Amino acid sequence: MGIHRGHNARPLEWIAEKFIFTVSLSAIAMVFLIFLFVGREALPVFLGDTDSALVQTVIPSKDMEKTAPDRLARYLGMSVSELKTKDADTLRTMMEIREEAANEVPAAVRDDKDASANTTEWKYLLKAHQWTGYTKPEHIWQPVSAIHKYNLVPLVIGSLKTTLIGLAFAVPLSLAAAIYVSQLAPPSWKEWIKPGIEFLSGIPSVVLGAFAFLVLAGFLQDIFGYRYRLNAFVAGIALGLTAVPLIFSIAEDALTSVPRSYVQAALALGASKWQTAWQVVLPAAAPGVFAAIVLGFGRCIGETMVVLIASGNASVVSWDIFDSTRSLTATIAAEMAEAVNGGHHYRVLFMLGTMLFAVTFATNLLGDAVMHRLKKQR
Amino acid sequence: MAAITLPSDPVDLVTPPGLLSAAPLIEAKNVELFYGSSRALKGIDITIKEKLVTAFIGPSGCGKSTFLRCFNRMNDLIDNVRITGQCLIGGEDIYAKDVDVIELRKRVGMVFQRSNPFPKSIYDNIAYGLRLHGTKDKSEIDGVVESSLRGAALWDEVKDRLHSSALGLSGGQQQRLCIARAIAIRPEIILMDEPASALDPLATVKIEELILELKKEFTIVIVTHNMQQATRISDYTAFFYIGELIEYDLTTKIFTNPAKKQTEDYVTGRFG
Repeated sequence: MGIHRGHNARPLEWIAEKFIFTVSLSAIAMVFLIFLFVGREALPVFLGDTDSALVQTVIPSKDMEKTAPDRLARYLGMSVSELKTKDADTLRTMMEIREEAANEVPAAVRDDKDASANTTEWKYLLKAHQWTGYTKPEHIWQPVSAIHKYNLVPLVIGSLKTTLIGLAFAVPLSLAAAIYVSQLAPPSWKEWIKPGIEFLSGIPSVVLGAFAFLVLAGFLQDIFGYRYRLNAFVAGIALGLTAVPLIFSIAEDALTSVPRSYVQAALALGASKWQTAWQVVLPAAAPGVFAAIVLGFGRCIGETMVVLIASGNASVVSWDIFDSTRSLTATIAAEMAEAVNGGHHYRVLFMLGTMLFAVTFATNLLGDAVMHRLKKQR
Repeated sequence: MAAITLPSDPVDLVTPPGLLSAAPLIEAKNVELFYGSSRALKGIDITIKEKLVTAFIGPSGCGKSTFLRCFNRMNDLIDNVRITGQCLIGGEDIYAKDVDVIELRKRVGMVFQRSNPFPKSIYDNIAYGLRLHGTKDKSEIDGVVESSLRGAALWDEVKDRLHSSALGLSGGQQQRLCIARAIAIRPEIILMDEPASALDPLATVKIEELILELKKEFTIVIVTHNMQQATRISDYTAFFYIGELIEYDLTTKIFTNPAKKQTEDYVTGRFG
């Protein structure tokens, strides 16, 4: 035995270490799995396997035997392997339902030039299209209209608009508070301000949304005199409120962890407290402060309840901050319950989810890269 | 490599005439300092002379660093600190109501126990103080950066990498950079709080040589735990014990013929 005892020497420590390792690994696996499952639901849109055309070439049920399996599968909105699990009677019934559905489409709609368009194609998802009855090409999200319009542009603009307003409101506010609390405030004040701000993060976002809806919207309307009571501005400010405690808390930690010796050096050179905070402490804490802002962005773009309640939910293409708007998240929350499982609306909503995931992931990745660069520069 | 010079036998030292005739610069009169209700400095009177090195020695916790920080009012930053008595620099009471602490700290520079360069480039570390006090001219800053680095005996080692990070320097180099940063704004007095205690012997020698060089232009007050260091570099030595100034005299006198029993016990290593 002697010293050659390996992990038998401290079995509990060995088990604890492996346990922690497993937990951390499973967290990574979880993120990956979530992306996988959300992505899988959205995959048909990415592959072009969804068809939302109202008027489709109907394959009569009597032609079932003559139709190639892959064509049939696509026609019935399933995969070839799924198709093989169904017996002939079920398939025939499904085809008859399709026939009936096609016959039930009102004549007025059937004659629309857009009725036979597959609106889940990329050109309809991203580019403006001149729909029947419109005088110019427009970006429109109207998934439950007679002709399903799935243009993503208004939602993306809505998300970006509210997020940017939220950050423009939250970042200066929370950084100023963080600098004040960590560098300038007398300790007795610090004891009150810090928990006070962090308490904000304990407020459920639905409550904050209700506050924005009931109080903030009217209050800001009195000040700015905008026309639509619920709009991107109101939603953005409320979003900012949800992000303030997060940004504040991380930035404050970063600023506080700047060594006291830097502060002393600057003060001994004759810098004022304010100059020290701004010129020495803030640059030294830049990576942490940047991380705080990136996380704040993720919080804002992912927040659902507040925007759902306070933004007015109008999917319009407009960069005016006082127009009502609608975000990706609010759209998913509002429409997922009514979307037919496996249908094109359902698929498109999952695609929105995948996009959100990808955007936050990319932002965090970018944030991480910038943070490393900032750290290296010292 | 610099040879390590052993302290010469103190008995052989002859007091240079300049030591006695130097003009007084800092005067403390009955300075008392309280942390809350506990008295950390007990009625200290001292007169520190111009362009000499004055060492503060004494066991840990005797108040020598606290007293040093009275001269640039760094104690103001600690909560619950109260100072009574008078502290004059060049005849002006630095605790008077109308004193601009920023101007004071420009006159009284400080070097800390642990080297604390900013996480910026070597150049910016020195330029920071200049910009702070309103120097904007690039060529003027360039000149001061070079002269300060030369003054701190660091120029030859860093002249090719002025714009790389100061944190890449060795401990001794960082401490000399901090000295260069302090002298760049041309203070009258430089306070040093155990500037070599975290350094290896060779780096310590360089700092000590530097201090002897700097006293031609600056008045230096240095806190040290190292009694040999005090004998090597200082002209006057003050011995502190539990918040009191026990004895203050020429360094040669303190180390060879102290007037007080406590001083003798400390400098001969019987306690401390």
